Amino acid sequence: MAGTGDAHLRPPDATLLRVEDLVVEFPVSGGQKVHAVSGISLDIVEGETLALVGESGCGKSTTGRAIVQLPRPNGGSVRLDGTELTSLKGEALRRMRPRMQMIFQDPISSLNPRRKVRDIVAEGLEIWSIGDKASRAKKIEEVLDAVGIDPANAGRRPHEFSGGQCQRISIARAVATEPKLIICDEPVSALDVSVQAQIINLLADMKQQYGLTLVFIAHDLAVVKNVSDRILVMYLGKACEIGAPDDIYGRPSHPYTAALLAAIPLPDPEIQPDSDKVLGGELPSPLSPPSGCRFRTRCPKATQRCADEEPTVREVGTNHYVACHFPLEPGEELDFAKVKTPVS
Amino acid sequence: MSDRFGDAPFEGSLLEVTDVKTHFQTDRGIVRAVDGVSFALERGKTIGIVGESGSGKTVLARSVMSLLPKRGLVREGSIKLEGEELIDLSPKQMRDYWGAQMSMIFQDPMTSLNPVMKIGKQITESIRQHLDVTKDYANELAESMLTSVRIPEPARRLNEYPHQLSGGMRQRVCIAVALACGPKILFADEPTTALDVTVQAQVLDLMRGQQRERFMAMVLITHDLGIVAGRTDEIAVMYAGRIVEKAPTHVLFRDMKMPYTKALLSSIPKIDDASGTRLATIPGRPPDLVNPPPGCKFAPRCAYVQDRCIEEEPPLKDAGNGHQYRCWFPVGTPEGTEALERNLKAGVDAALLLEGEAI
Amino acid sequence: MPAPPSEPFGRQVESAAETIVGESVDAGFLGEGAEIRASAVSAGNEGKRSRGKPFGLGAKLAMGWMAFVVVMAILAKAGILTWGDAQESVARCARKGPFADEGGASGYLLGCDSNGRNMAARLALGAWTSMLVATGAIALGFLVGGTLGLTAGYFSGKVDTFLTGMFNVLLSVPSVIMALALVAFLQGSPSEAATSGLPAEMILIIAIGVVSVPLVGRITRASALSWAQREFVLAARAQGAKNGRVMAREVLPNVLPAMFSISLLGIAVAIVAEGTLSILGVGVRPPTPSWGNIIALDRGNLFKSPHIVFEASILIFLTVLSLNYLGDVIRARFDVREGAL
Repeated sequence: MAGTGDAHLRPPDATLLRVEDLVVEFPVSGGQKVHAVSGISLDIVEGETLALVGESGCGKSTTGRAIVQLPRPNGGSVRLDGTELTSLKGEALRRMRPRMQMIFQDPISSLNPRRKVRDIVAEGLEIWSIGDKASRAKKIEEVLDAVGIDPANAGRRPHEFSGGQCQRISIARAVATEPKLIICDEPVSALDVSVQAQIINLLADMKQQYGLTLVFIAHDLAVVKNVSDRILVMYLGKACEIGAPDDIYGRPSHPYTAALLAAIPLPDPEIQPDSDKVLGGELPSPLSPPSGCRFRTRCPKATQRCADEEPTVREVGTNHYVACHFPLEPGEELDFAKVKTPVS
Repeated sequence: MSDRFGDAPFEGSLLEVTDVKTHFQTDRGIVRAVDGVSFALERGKTIGIVGESGSGKTVLARSVMSLLPKRGLVREGSIKLEGEELIDLSPKQMRDYWGAQMSMIFQDPMTSLNPVMKIGKQITESIRQHLDVTKDYANELAESMLTSVRIPEPARRLNEYPHQLSGGMRQRVCIAVALACGPKILFADEPTTALDVTVQAQVLDLMRGQQRERFMAMVLITHDLGIVAGRTDEIAVMYAGRIVEKAPTHVLFRDMKMPYTKALLSSIPKIDDASGTRLATIPGRPPDLVNPPPGCKFAPRCAYVQDRCIEEEPPLKDAGNGHQYRCWFPVGTPEGTEALERNLKAGVDAALLLEGEAI
Repeated sequence: MPAPPSEPFGRQVESAAETIVGESVDAGFLGEGAEIRASAVSAGNEGKRSRGKPFGLGAKLAMGWMAFVVVMAILAKAGILTWGDAQESVARCARKGPFADEGGASGYLLGCDSNGRNMAARLALGAWTSMLVATGAIALGFLVGGTLGLTAGYFSGKVDTFLTGMFNVLLSVPSVIMALALVAFLQGSPSEAATSGLPAEMILIIAIGVVSVPLVGRITRASALSWAQREFVLAARAQGAKNGRVMAREVLPNVLPAMFSISLLGIAVAIVAEGTLSILGVGVRPPTPSWGNIIALDRGNLFKSPHIVFEASILIFLTVLSLNYLGDVIRARFDVREGAL
């Protein structure tokens, strides 16, 4: 199930971003290592939105940050527009920065409380001395207007805005330097549903207006359905399933994808939530991930083979890939009650 | 308090909240956080309280629990637990109710657990204070509590600190602490907002199981109608400190009357939508609770808005079946449909009135 | 489960409530305040509410006292103050207190010291010396300690390990001994040729300043460390900002309030430290008066004429108290509210 491989990658010259075999590890005390990301490959065609989905601790945010080299990955290759980022040295890498931006989960923590909104949004323009003072002011006005913040309020500080508005300011900051790629790290997870919808729509608008390519990181499959062109489901630092949203939602092949889908609360009182369909247990420790398929400890279909042999990514339909020895048949139901005893 | 335990079961509603008003005096004026809310809760039932941030749902729950900062607080109305009035009780008197009669779990499990105290101690401390039991027996009880909230290896967990647990496990510990003294009502304030979807499902299932086992009443507070749909008996939708629609869950989803409820529901991303479908949003933000608009509080954001809505506040109307709503032009009625069509024709979509999220 | 009334649970809930109470009512308790506060914008308040509140009585008294001390010191130094000559010795009123009726000291507001010098004039001039040494020392500590602490907190890792280690080593030497050693080193050997020639005040500023470096450094580092982990710092780096720019624009403004606050306390400690060094005989050299050496000179006369030590001590006491109080006020005032969630 969760495995490695790059069968899902498209020809390199067609892609804006191509990540191969990305590895990120953090040393912890006692000489152990957190295996945060273990061999993820992904690619994005210009103008596409790729969603990275998985539970906390699956390495999705780490992957997003490793793409912009903050911090640098321990292994693998990250190519943006044909430039290999992992081998770029300090100043050369810094010169690439205006082309890739980030939006963070916590709208409060991602804005400096002591700076005015105007200065926050202008930061990128000032660092790169883009335009003169007047044209910068015009640009700031334009992006603030585009994200739905009245430019008349640009002199205020972040604490005077609501969470949703702060997230809009973050988006304005990200698009101000007209980047090609934006990594959105759980941009709506901290927001109310009603505000979530506003921000998701705004991102779609921004993508159109500024010709952006997005990596959209989320823990909730429902959220990414409307925004993504391709979805990569991750589990404990490995890829599980890659495909177009309609395939992922319509014909989930990986048991973990099915579990994520089953966990979405449906706004329909006729459908009683069924606890047997809910994924049990806890994420195993990333210090010593399970052998073979990393999902096997919580998977009702797991066999000895899953412990011995790591599955690689293979095609199960047009543009639909899965890393699993025993992918689900269409309509197959999983009984997670079988594996309810969590593994420590 | 203890004299009550031997009594025959109380006949009326377990919890009866009538016209509760919770206001705060601040530098800017009076914040009407809760403004005349009434509801009743029976034993073993669950009520869902739904609304955006700033709707007053959290303040309502804390008003009932009497867990609000005293400074500038004005609290009126009546809160009856098994017929006994709670609103005039001092914090000292309320202490007899907290835990034993009413418990609360919070959004962030880390803030309600003591980070420097072992989990076992946090549970046994409360047990030992009330029951004249030995340390060993209290430990046994704590262990059985952890088992009942399905924490693996409970004996080992008793000796761990909160930071050694994952977010989902911490919330389970909070539930164990909240249930340790067998409360009659559990208030769950956004208990799963900070958790992953998979863990959210686990925790909600756990709460439902515990509730059935103990025949306990529950107040589930959330901003997501999806969470309360399959897990509540009744839903109250709050907006600007008031209940704007209240109905048994099935009735509410079948026959929504309030445009706000409808809008909240449609802003949830649906997995059946074709990909790339634009989400429906509610433009703007909840009103300023110091200077709320004169008419219907939702009018400035409402797609059905008419002149009357801006001028005159609708009363809480009864539609039968325990369904109440606060709207002049309800969804699904001829007046409502007409109002919506008139707006669409005139192009006064509420979104345009507000120019996005202008401040 | 039995269901007895639950006190500890109650307490637990209460403590959760207290964390709410800790913030002001409109400061976003329960997440509900978020909108209450955000809507303050629509009410046209420019977010100055937290800063625009009038100062309390204590703060006013503290500020008044500090203003008095500073003005008195400057006037005394400039020679404008007409409280008399700080050096002129009038033998007949030596050791006479302000209320002495025989002997003629009654002409002096605060009496005279053991050499018959006008206490009021000496204390005023001493205020200059004491404040100069304390402020100078802490300015040095602020600059050096602040820079090192900011660097340690921002870069963390090896830089932090090295600098924090250095702070710890410095802190582990008793500060009085450290200051004594520094004074001795800076003064050079007693033989005429080898003295450094530095004025005594400058030597004290450097000695006390160096001692304060690790203190300011530790506080700055702790604050910088937590701010440097915030996402807006990552965002600035992702924009391509160089480390210097991130430190100066993103981290430093957030760390400054903590630095100012500790520095005010530091000035208070430095005033006392100068006194301690004077008593040990390495303070400001007489005849130049400082609050410390006024006490040092006449500590032997504590019982015969207590007013000398007493007056200087009261000045030190009130000044230290005011500075401590103002440190707290500053911290509270600059504690910018963050975000609305």
